[in-house]
Amino acid sequence: MNLIFHIGQYFTLVWRSFSKPEKYPIYRRQFVQEVDSIGLSSMGIVALMSVFMGAVIALQTASNMDSPLLPAYTVGFTARQSIILEFSPTIIALILAGKVGSNIASEIGTMRVTEQIDALEIMGVNSASYLILPKILAGLFIFPFLISISMFLGIFGGWFICISTGIVSSNDYIYGIQYDFKQFHVFYALIKTVVFAFIITSVASYHGYYAKGSALEVGRSSTKAVVYSSILILIFNYLITQLILI
Amino acid sequence: MIEIKNLHKSFGDTEVLTDINFTFLRGKVNMVIGQSGSGKSVMTKCIVGLHQPDQGQILYDGKDFVSLSLNHKKDIRKHIGMLFQASALFDSMTVEENVAFPLRMFTDNTEEEIRQRVNECLERVNLKDKNHLFPAETSGGMQKRIAIARAIAMKPAYLFCDEPNSGLDPGTSIVIDNLIHEITYEMNITTVVITHDMNSVIEIGDHIMFLYKGKKWWSGDKKAILNSKNQELNDFVYASKFMKTLKDKLSS
Repeated sequence: MNLIFHIGQYFTLVWRSFSKPEKYPIYRRQFVQEVDSIGLSSMGIVALMSVFMGAVIALQTASNMDSPLLPAYTVGFTARQSIILEFSPTIIALILAGKVGSNIASEIGTMRVTEQIDALEIMGVNSASYLILPKILAGLFIFPFLISISMFLGIFGGWFICISTGIVSSNDYIYGIQYDFKQFHVFYALIKTVVFAFIITSVASYHGYYAKGSALEVGRSSTKAVVYSSILILIFNYLITQLILI
Repeated sequence: MIEIKNLHKSFGDTEVLTDINFTFLRGKVNMVIGQSGSGKSVMTKCIVGLHQPDQGQILYDGKDFVSLSLNHKKDIRKHIGMLFQASALFDSMTVEENVAFPLRMFTDNTEEEIRQRVNECLERVNLKDKNHLFPAETSGGMQKRIAIARAIAMKPAYLFCDEPNSGLDPGTSIVIDNLIHEITYEMNITTVVITHDMNSVIEIGDHIMFLYKGKKWWSGDKKAILNSKNQELNDFVYASKFMKTLKDKLSS
């Protein structure tokens, strides 16, 4: 019963968020600020994780290839497939659920408990739309860029570790990442990214918006936002893969 | 003028407001007093539309706010200014941006006109040249004054103040009280102050309602409040030694 209540309340809030903005120039400014705070400020962690994970994927693939029948370019091929299909869209989304999700939930939650949201409502501002819509749109806009950069850096990390340790030659790795390349896999990854961006921003906003009480409750909302958006990312990862890729 | 008729509000089985009838007068400082938990804040939230009453009417100059559509409610809300207990300033904005926010959101004024109006409002609350500070860089009293400046930026017809003196020293409290009083008379607006500070009531209260256990227990002006025979009201008003001494002096 409680779950149904929350699902209903979540969709009502999302519906309110997508109502007509009071003034477009103000929302445009908010959107640009959110692109910076949600997207560009996450660039560092995304780049760092992608390079190292790409390197580790390449190393582990190479170290587990015992059979001489397997060609050397398998390392590049496996690294590319793992990074494009799963690591960049899903694992980076889980990382962003932690970083961006907790940030959004605590920001909106603090505004709720300090009556800033009430102040907006009394002024006649649709607080849901003003606070949440720019965050959702910024997420939908910037996450595909972040994930594309992550894909590139992950594959680059694999290449760099291969040539610096000499486990696979540069030519073999590059041949591997080009071998049997399907553009649709990138498209599939970006579809997942857009869905995950919506989940992270909207679920975190929901938990922040309905925070009650004190600073302690804001902390709890932030934790709930990360937990629930991570669970939803895993569920939707399975559903989208089943629907699109299989 | 705001009229409340037959207002009821419950949360679950707990009835918080029971059959409240009262008129908040235009051009006067109307005060709602009562102990903590008497229903003052819930009543204010019902009046400004943050809570939906279970029953009753709230008439803003004759228009029933409760039965209006969301868009029409928004139209009335544009004429409401509110000073919150904790000021509720937007942390991420400077003082100037806070005061300019409703002007940017609801008017088509140019940036120059907005800046001019912001400076007028800040000057009115004696906060000239504080435009570029952030709320966190200002004192509690300054935050209240910034919140008043933001509340009056749109030249409201109704001003609500929820515990305007909470957390302030006596000197700053008097400054805030006087500011609310002066603005009410200057702008001829309907001001509603929620408080349990008897100093404020004696200082600026024109038209007073005493809430007790969710019911309107007493109403009158500040002269009447000091001479009332109502037991519950007297227990509230003369709870402090200062007020008891004042009463003894008045009676002698």
